[in-house]
Amino acid sequence: MKKSHIIILIGIAVLIGCLLAYSADFSTYDTVSSARQKEGKFVHLIAKLDKTKPIQYDPINNPNYLSFYAIDSLGGQTKVVYRNSKPNDLEKSERIVMKGKMQSDHFECSDILLKCPSKYKDDKEQLEKTVQEQQATSSTN
Amino acid sequence: MMKFEGEHLFPGQLGHFFVILSFIAALIATISFFTASRQQDPLQKQSWLRFARMAFFIQVIGVIIVFSTIFYICSHHYYEYMYAYKHTSQELEYKYLLACIWEGQEGSFLLWTIWQSVIGIILIFKSKEWEAPVMSVISLAQFFLLMMILGIYFFDIRIGNSPFTLTRNEIAGPIFSQPNYLSFIKDGIGLNVLLRNYWMVIHPPVLFLGFASTVVPFAYAYAGLQTKRYGDWIKPLLPWALMSATVLGVGIMMGGKWAYESLNFGGYWAWDPVENASFVPWLILIAGLHTMVVYKATGHSLRASYLFAMLAFIFILYSTYLTRTGILGDTSVHAFTEAGKAINLMILLFLLFFAVSGLSLLFFHYKKIPAIHTEENTNSREFWMFIGSLVIFLTALFISAKTSVPVYNKIFNTHIAPPEDVEFSYNKIVVLVAIIVGVLTAITQYFKYKTTGKAYLLKNIVWPTAIAAALALLLAVLYPYTFWKHGVGFLGAIYLASFACIYAVVANAFYIFKILKGKFVNAGGSVAHAGFALMIVGMLISAGNKEVISSSMVNGINLPASKDPMTKQDDDPKENLTLIRELPTKMADYQVTYIKDSAGHEKGRNFYELHFERKNPTTQKITESFVLQPDVYIMKDNNMSSNPDTKAYLTKDIFTYVTFALNKNSNTDTSTFKVRELNEGDTTFYSNGMLILNKVEKNPSQSKFDYDKAAIALQADITVISKDSMHYKAKPLILVDSLGISQVDDTVFAQNLYVRFSGVTDTHKIKIGVKESDKLIDFVTVKAYVFPYINLVWLGLIIMAVGLVMSMIKRGNFSKTQSIAILVFVTIALFYMFLLANQ
Repeated sequence: MKKSHIIILIGIAVLIGCLLAYSADFSTYDTVSSARQKEGKFVHLIAKLDKTKPIQYDPINNPNYLSFYAIDSLGGQTKVVYRNSKPNDLEKSERIVMKGKMQSDHFECSDILLKCPSKYKDDKEQLEKTVQEQQATSSTN
Repeated sequence: MMKFEGEHLFPGQLGHFFVILSFIAALIATISFFTASRQQDPLQKQSWLRFARMAFFIQVIGVIIVFSTIFYICSHHYYEYMYAYKHTSQELEYKYLLACIWEGQEGSFLLWTIWQSVIGIILIFKSKEWEAPVMSVISLAQFFLLMMILGIYFFDIRIGNSPFTLTRNEIAGPIFSQPNYLSFIKDGIGLNVLLRNYWMVIHPPVLFLGFASTVVPFAYAYAGLQTKRYGDWIKPLLPWALMSATVLGVGIMMGGKWAYESLNFGGYWAWDPVENASFVPWLILIAGLHTMVVYKATGHSLRASYLFAMLAFIFILYSTYLTRTGILGDTSVHAFTEAGKAINLMILLFLLFFAVSGLSLLFFHYKKIPAIHTEENTNSREFWMFIGSLVIFLTALFISAKTSVPVYNKIFNTHIAPPEDVEFSYNKIVVLVAIIVGVLTAITQYFKYKTTGKAYLLKNIVWPTAIAAALALLLAVLYPYTFWKHGVGFLGAIYLASFACIYAVVANAFYIFKILKGKFVNAGGSVAHAGFALMIVGMLISAGNKEVISSSMVNGINLPASKDPMTKQDDDPKENLTLIRELPTKMADYQVTYIKDSAGHEKGRNFYELHFERKNPTTQKITESFVLQPDVYIMKDNNMSSNPDTKAYLTKDIFTYVTFALNKNSNTDTSTFKVRELNEGDTTFYSNGMLILNKVEKNPSQSKFDYDKAAIALQADITVISKDSMHYKAKPLILVDSLGISQVDDTVFAQNLYVRFSGVTDTHKIKIGVKESDKLIDFVTVKAYVFPYINLVWLGLIIMAVGLVMSMIKRGNFSKTQSIAILVFVTIALFYMFLLANQ
């Protein structure tokens, strides 16, 4: 490893470095209120479904429009619009990670990641619940 | 102490005993192999070796008994065991019994341990003078893996999660205070439905064999340092490293094929952290293979070979850490969930032990590792191979750095989230890598080791270059990419990458026939390179021209604006299309009809029969017709999983899955239409609001229903206003054609309202039928894509794997019959799995 090597190595390293910098387009995790402060900027909003308010989804007329209300752990609330089909387990989700941008009157969501209890098999609480349900069904039989 | 009824405690005790026995045996094997490796006296060395082997064999037998015991417990549905309760159920088909064992953490660690045992036994018989140092590393890795399933308490800390724990000890619940609690547990939770697929039977064993095999390069590198025979380990290692690269590569792509076939990610690769975690070690292994070949031919690149051989295994352990400790959290869809603090720490310990001791050993010996101090020529093969390895290695570091963001967040308590478009943030870099690697793969073999004459190089490379350029141009003209989403720059990069990879395919094919004169024995490398490049070409074409055909813009159900007035950005592609039962709907060139739904043989599984038909536009003859049956699985806990169905042609796949479906259980209808007579502008009421008949149109040019244009059609334009002042449109049709009168009802799904154009009275009043249904209209919402030329991806993978196996055979000590048997088996198995099964 001599001159030409080292030159090419540095060249490549610099190139990769530049690319890394160029690709470091990360975003942030936000609450409703902090997302409001950066309206129009792409964020990850962590909240849960507000079950007291209606979910609007009418797939026959428009399968690409879902709206619901989300509430975060600090109590911040927002309407969410997701122009896609309704995720199956939305109503049962415990926590929702929404990617998108805050607008003046709603959160324009481009992707939804649900945290549902059933996906956590190893979660003991869920297992306890399942056992209790099974006990209930077998004692009524 | 209470006596519980109906428990079978013996298998668990037996299994747990053998876990502990294997664990201790692995420790003894490690110490004995290590001692043997340090012994100078040949007699002493032999006696230590014999003892070490015995310990290792005991460990192997123990592990096999443990696995059999778990299988026994699961196949007998002994729900008193947590593992059986969590992973099996009564209705689980027999073929999934093995799959349900490796669904869990403990079972998959055990699978890894079993493969490592097999590798260990082969090494004991085959590695000759390397046995002692190599096996001390393997036994140590066994020791760590067995610790993960040990399940004993050290003071208050549980070391490892045993697969033999009892349900009543793991779950708190009042029923466990009853002696007859087992009679209440009628069924287990069972294998996750998302995983009930034949890939779940085959993918984990192959992937874990890949994982297990990466310990061999680490072990040999260690052996090289420990014995101070710094360069001798490369030769015996090469066939192992090639095997490892083949199996790991195939295992990863099996995961991709599985995701493509049966999960609704909409593709085979999503840069998910779990995918990246196993892809990174593979890349490092590939970089290492190249430097090792360079070393064997020229004596250069030995230090790099050491580094890569060690890092491949270290990154396998790092991937285990990422995927099994729950640290990925929100960023991955399919990571294992957190399994407890103690085991997370143990996995970290496993990683740190191998990383720190391996790399510091390398550091201390670094100066003693021989290196040639003359410079490689820029016209030598080894120079460009080294550059290629370096690019691959840096790519691996880049991918790993991006995947590790949750780890930084944890360490530095930051909140960095993934970028807006995760896939693009990787693709924009790897497309550049594809260009560099493609060109290097094409030209490097035309260089000779040491130095290459210009005339030789030019003479041989000119034809492949010209042909590749012509092919790339042809591709650009005949089948231009439609991937404009990320601008013209990225599109240009995709074209360049396509050229580079076509170049690599052509140049390697040329090399086999021109330079190697078709001698396939020596062509392993070229075959693997051509296959790899072909795979990338397939990826570029299938992704660059992937087409969404389920656009809801086509059937007029909604006509979205192309720009969002708020954000001034392109509107989201409306990729979901609602198909109403028995109503043909246009999907690109196809007429798609949702015919019916039917229950699958698993309870809660529902198949939606979609009939695709393509007609010749002039003759109206049906030229193509097939049925796809995507399904939705409603699980016991009422969660739904959607599984796609694909029509595979040689040159394209039509891929569809359900994005929304009704829950059937609560859906029967008993209500009837009530007819009202209205004039235009009149209003009528229903229980939850009112309907206004705005106007009646004759032969409407825009209708959401695709009616026969030869008929006379009347369409009623009705506005429905509900009590909560929501406005809806309903446009029922009445058709008059040669067959008579027919009606096409419209629905206001949100109000459970059916609206029918029933006819016209003698007094020219419009008869509108209104039905307030207690049943929802039957429909299904789907997404559908066309993936063109996706078979190139699988074909490329197969060719690459065959090429790697050819190299392995050439470098290993195989007889002719063995070689042919291995090659035939690998080729047939891969062809079957990737191209024939599931078609």
